[in-house]
Amino acid sequence: MSKFWQRLYMGLIFGFLYAPIAVLIVFSFNEGKTRGSWDGFSLTWYQQLWQDSEILSAVTNTFLVAIITTIAATIIGTLGAIGIEQYRSKQKTLILGLNQIPVINPDIVMAVGLMVLYRSLDLDFGYLTLILGHIAFTVPYVVLSVLPKLKQMPRSLPEAAMDLGATPMQTLWQVIIPYIRPGIISGALMAFTLSIDDFVISFFTTGNGVETISTMVFSMARRGINPKINALSAIIFVTMLVLMLIMNIRTERAKR
Amino acid sequence: MKTYKRAAAPFLLWAAMFIIISLVMVLYYSFTNEAGQLTLANFQRFFTGSTLGTLWRSLKVAFLTTVICLILGYPLAYIISNMKVNFRTTAIMLVVIPMWMNFLLRTYGWVTILSKNGILNSLLRPLGIAPLDLLYTEGAVTLGMVYNFLPFMILPIYTVLEKMDHGLLEAAADLGANKWNTFLKVILPLSLPGIASGVSMVFIPAISTFEITALLGGNKTNLIGNVIEQQFTVTGDWNYGSAMSMILMIFLVISLLFSRNEDTDNEQPTPTHVMTEERRREVIDV
Repeated sequence: MSKFWQRLYMGLIFGFLYAPIAVLIVFSFNEGKTRGSWDGFSLTWYQQLWQDSEILSAVTNTFLVAIITTIAATIIGTLGAIGIEQYRSKQKTLILGLNQIPVINPDIVMAVGLMVLYRSLDLDFGYLTLILGHIAFTVPYVVLSVLPKLKQMPRSLPEAAMDLGATPMQTLWQVIIPYIRPGIISGALMAFTLSIDDFVISFFTTGNGVETISTMVFSMARRGINPKINALSAIIFVTMLVLMLIMNIRTERAKR
Repeated sequence: MKTYKRAAAPFLLWAAMFIIISLVMVLYYSFTNEAGQLTLANFQRFFTGSTLGTLWRSLKVAFLTTVICLILGYPLAYIISNMKVNFRTTAIMLVVIPMWMNFLLRTYGWVTILSKNGILNSLLRPLGIAPLDLLYTEGAVTLGMVYNFLPFMILPIYTVLEKMDHGLLEAAADLGANKWNTFLKVILPLSLPGIASGVSMVFIPAISTFEITALLGGNKTNLIGNVIEQQFTVTGDWNYGSAMSMILMIFLVISLLFSRNEDTDNEQPTPTHVMTEERRREVIDV
C-alpha cells in the first residue's frame, strides 16, 4: 500500500469515528429543532440546558455516584489485592478467576444478577442500589490494576520494615501503599470513568426517578428529538477532552 | 506478611455477594416458576418459541459486527503500528478520544445523521435518491455496533503488532519472502493473540447489547438483549429473563475456555488482561 492510500484509509476511519461527535457539537449551536437542516447560529439550547432541572439532577447524580463508587471500589479493591497476594497459589487462582467474571460477563447478565439479588434482599431501587451496583462492577478493575504493582514489590521490603519494628499497619501505610500508588491511582481513574460511562448496570439497578446522564439520554432519545442533549454532549466532550489532555501532559512530564 | 490476608475480607465479601450469590440466584430463578417451584418450563419455552429465532438473529448480527470490525480495524492497526513513534501515539490517541464521551450520546449522534430528515438524507436529496429509510433497520443497528466496538478491535491488535520484533520481518525478507508471504506467514500468525482478544471484546458486548438496538433499531429490530430487558422492565417475568441470561452466559464460558490454555503465570496475555489493559489505555497512558 502506498502512503497515499494509507493516509486516505486512516482519514476515512477517523471520519467515521468522529462523525457523530462532530454532528452533535455542530447541531448544539443550531437554532431550529430539525435534525437535517441548519437554521442559524444560536446558544438557546445551552441556555435551556441550565434551566432543565431533570438534566441538571442527572448530571449531579452521575458525578455523585461516580465519586462514592471510586472511593469505595478503590478501598475494597486495593485491600483485596494486598490480601489476595498472601494466599496460596491455588486459592489465589480461584479468587482471581472469580474476579474476572464481571470483566468478561455481558453487562446485562451482571445487571440481572444485581436486580435479582436486590429483590431478594427487599431493597428499594434508588441511590443505594445504584451505588452498590456501580461498586460491584468496578472493584475487579481496581484489583487488576493494583496486582501487577504488588507483584513488582520485593517481598523483602515490607519484611525489612517489620524487622525494624514497624507494626503491620505502619508497614501498610508507609511502605506498601506508597509503593503501589501508581496502580491505585490508575485503578481509581478506571473506576471513575467506568462509572460515569456506564449505562446497562445503571438502567437495571436504579429506580424511583433517580437518573444518571446515561439513563436520561436513553429515555429522551427514545422520545424523539431533543437538542438539549446535543448541548450536553458538547459540554461533556470538551470537558473530558480538556481533563484528559491535562492528565496526559502531566504524566508525560512526570516521565521526563 | 500473613497478617495482610485479613485485608481481603471486604473484597471476599464483595465477591461472595455480587458474584457468587447473585449468579446462583439467577440460576435459581431460571429453574423455577413464579411460585418458586422447580421447573424446566423457562428453557422449554425458550427452545420451542420464537425467541430462539431472536437468538439466532443476534448471533448473526454479532458475528457480522465482529467480522466488519476485524476487516476495518486490522488494516488501521497495521498502518498505525508502522508509523513513526510520535505519529503513532497521536493516532492511537485519536482512536481512544471518542471513547471518552458517553457511548449513548455518540449513538444518539447517529440518530441525527440517519433519520428521515437527517443529514445523510439531506445530502442525498440533490441526487434524487432520498429520502431513504436508514434509521430503525437492522443495518443501522449493525452500523451502531461497529461504530461503538471498533476501537476494541483496533487496540489489542495494535498492541500486539507494536510489540512485534521487526528483525523477524527483515529475516523473512532476507530469506526471500515477498511482502504478501511475510504478512501471511509471519505477521498474521504473530498477531493472532491480538485478534483473539479483539474478537471476544467485540463479540460479547455485541451479542448482549439492547441499548444500541433500542436507539437505532426502534421497535423493529429485536435482539436477545432486548427480549431479556423487556422481561425485567416490562413483562415482569424474571424467571424467563433469568433463563435467557443463563443462555447468554454460555458465550462467556466459551470465551473463558478459549483463554484457558494460555493461563496466569505464562507471559501470554489472556483476553481479560488485554481487556483491562485497554480499559486502562482508554483512561490514562495513551
